[in-house]
This record gives sequence, structure tokens and C-alpha cells, in this order.
Amino acid sequence: MLDPARAHETMLLGVPLVVTINADGTIAVQRVDHAALHQDERYGLVWVCLGTPTRGILPIPEADEPDRPIVVVGSVGVRASGPRVIENFLDLGHLGYVHARYLGDDPHTRVLPYTVEPLPEGGIIATQCKMFQPQASPAATEGFMVDYIYKVERPLATCLYKANPVQRDRFDIIFLIVQPVTEETSIAHPLLLCLPDGTTPAALRAFQQTIFMQDKPILENQVPKRLPLADGAELPIAADKSSVAYRRWLSAIGLTWGVIRADEKARAA
Amino acid sequence: MILYDAHHLAPCYAVRLLAGCLGATLDLKPLDVYPGHANQTEAFLALNPLGTLPVLVDGPCLITDWLEALAHLALTHDRAWFPAEHAALIGWLGMARDLGASAGAARLIDTFGAPGDAAAARAQANALLDEVERRMWFGERIGQDWLIEGPHPSIADLACFVFIAPCEDGGLSLRDRPALRRWCDRVRFLPGFVSMSGVFPPMANTGR
Repeated sequence: MLDPARAHETMLLGVPLVVTINADGTIAVQRVDHAALHQDERYGLVWVCLGTPTRGILPIPEADEPDRPIVVVGSVGVRASGPRVIENFLDLGHLGYVHARYLGDDPHTRVLPYTVEPLPEGGIIATQCKMFQPQASPAATEGFMVDYIYKVERPLATCLYKANPVQRDRFDIIFLIVQPVTEETSIAHPLLLCLPDGTTPAALRAFQQTIFMQDKPILENQVPKRLPLADGAELPIAADKSSVAYRRWLSAIGLTWGVIRADEKARAA
Repeated sequence: MILYDAHHLAPCYAVRLLAGCLGATLDLKPLDVYPGHANQTEAFLALNPLGTLPVLVDGPCLITDWLEALAHLALTHDRAWFPAEHAALIGWLGMARDLGASAGAARLIDTFGAPGDAAAARAQANALLDEVERRMWFGERIGQDWLIEGPHPSIADLACFVFIAPCEDGGLSLRDRPALRRWCDRVRFLPGFVSMSGVFPPMANTGR
């Protein structure tokens, strides 16, 4: 989606960056202060590390499946902290309201019990999630009960697995990678790894952008902007189990960016 | 009628919204403008050398300006939406274009990484939104529901609405603009109203 005709200014963790496409098609990311950085390209996205990488880019084994194209949806800027964006992606409760007539509908708004467990390598997984969806994907012709699995393997990378309506033993996968711009602003980079069902990449993109643009005003009105990690800072209900697990995991690994730490006195946004 | 359309662009939404209110059927041709730059392909530039959307095709008529497309729909379907006897129609359509260049630009810069100066766009938008709020507030005091006097909304209401309703996407706010919020609700409850992502439709369980 980069425009070869111009340099793109962006920011990562508060550090200004300039992204340009060279004449040979390679993408170059530079810090405005010309300090060194690590840059890589994978899954149609440019990945930047400002420090020294201690591990590789998030592995996505399904990206190697030959019949599974990767569709880059198009990045969307949002005035919310990165962890807030991830938490919203995990939330089943909002589907019937914010995405009414797509990913849920009134009165099918009840969140049925689901299971949340820690992942062995860190992160969380939510299984047995079910939601009635009138328009689960661009190809869906009628509403049906959709099974979901959510995974958070890195603090700002999450994905969901949705049973493919045709190949029932395989899943469509939607990733959301969040670029932390400042502590209170982000850029969401959604990726689709869906089995081909006749929907064009353009239609897949338009559908996912529509969904994300519905989330944007909700996210931008959440207060405080940074995600509070202290138990009891906000009032979770049973449906928020994955959010509670996500926040506790962020606390446990000591994330400080875009959150209000449990030991920090909650400040007004 | 064919509408070359992009789901996220406010001027395209204005044409879809008016068509909804008029009960007119559009044959939508969605283009992957973002991130696909489909409006810069040779085929599309042959249709509209400016590369802008929407483009409305009605029989022999090809319209590449969104305000002209609104006027065309109103004039061919229901002239109540085109109050030509009021000079203010020209002023308000100009206001809509100015809102597009300010509030609309701020939304595209912040949300879709479009080039431009978001702070300058917001400053200009805030001045315009204050002025629309002021006029609407005094209009309401004398019983006017719409931007142009009279009982019926006009294409100017919809042309301004598509930038004002989703203005938060561009870092603007209606919090201190109560008359604009009430006017947005009146638009949202119009028969045939359709939403755009980021503009919430009236909830099923609310009413006036």
C-alpha cells in the first residue's frame, strides 16, 4: 500500500521513521535521527526493531501453506493504545452491537461460556468461542453459529481462527498486528490468511476495513487511553475472561508501553 | 445508474446516502482505492482523468464531481432535496466542499495515512464546525431542523453530514457542539438512511 511516489512518515514507540520505496522496489526504513535499526519484510508487512532483536518475527506456519494466499488489508490509524486495540479484537461481547448485521446481531448478543488458557511459549488462547453471525465473511450467504479460537502470542499481535465453511477441517485465519505509534496511538495492520472461496482480495479488504472502521470510534472513546492492568481497575464480566487473562499476562511479562501498570496509581486519561 | 464507489470515502457515501433517502437503486462498482490504488489504473483514468471517486453514470450522463452527482440525483428523483430558490444552497454546498478539504482531509491523513498536514486541516475544520454549530444552534431556536430553511432536508445537509458525522476519525469532536449532534441524529433518522463504517445507524431499540 506504500505509494512509490513519496516518502511515508510514521512512528514506532515514539521514534519518527521515514519509509520509502527505492527504484528497485525494495523498502527502506530510516530513523529520522539516522540511528541504526533492524528491518525485515514478511507476510507483506515491514517489521522494524529499534533495539536488538532477541527473537525472530512471529512465526505463522499457515503462511507457508501453498493454497492460502496472504491478503494485506490496509493499515488503519487509531487513537488508542496498542493493548486496547488487541483487547477489542478479543472481545466477543461487542460483536452484536458494534458489528451488528455482520459479526453478530441483536438479539443474538449473548456470549456463551468459553475457555481461556495460557500458551506454553507465553500468551493466551481462548477456545470454544461461539457467536451467531449474520455475515461472517463476504462469501457468507446466511447467518450461522461460528466457532472461533483466539490466540495472543505476542503483546501486540493476535489472531483468530474461524472454521472455513467449505473445508471444515481447516481454518480461515485473521491476524491483527498493531504498530505502537505513541503510548496512546496505534496503527492496526490486519492480515488475512483465508482459504480461497471466490472472494476477491479487494472484496476481502473492503469487508475487513468496514469492520475495523466500525471499531475505531469505539476504541477512540475508551478512557483511560492506556490499558489499566490492575485487577479491579475496570469491571470485567464473565464474557471478558480473555481480556482479564490478556491483562494479567501483560502484567506478568512487565509490559510498560500503552498500559497503566498495576503498581502505578491510575491516572486520568 | 452505476456508481464507482469506495466504501470509506465520504463523497461516495454522500451519493449512497442520498440514493437511500430517495429510494433510488445504484449499481455499485466498488474499487480497491485503499490500499490498492485502483483509482490510478489506466481504465479508471480513462473514465475520470482526475482519478477521484465517486463517478456516477446515468445513461449518457457521466458525472465525476460528487456534489454534481448529488444535484443530479435530486433533480431527477425529488426536487425537494434541491431547493434552488434559496441562494444558501450554493453557500452550504461550498461549505461541504470546505469541510471535505479540512475535516475530511484530517480523517484521511490520520486513518489511512494520506499525505497532508493533519494539524492544519483540523484547525480549519474546527473553525468551520464552530460556524456550522453556531448557525444550526440559532436555526433550531426559530424552529429550523435543516441547514436551509424549510421543512425538508436538502442535498446540502447530506453533503455536510458525511464529513461531520465521522469527524472523530480525524481527531475532531462534536462533544461541545450539541446542535450538530442533534442535527446528525435527525439525519440518522431520515427514512432510507444508510450508514458508513464509523457512522452508527440508529439502534433498533431507540426511536424519536
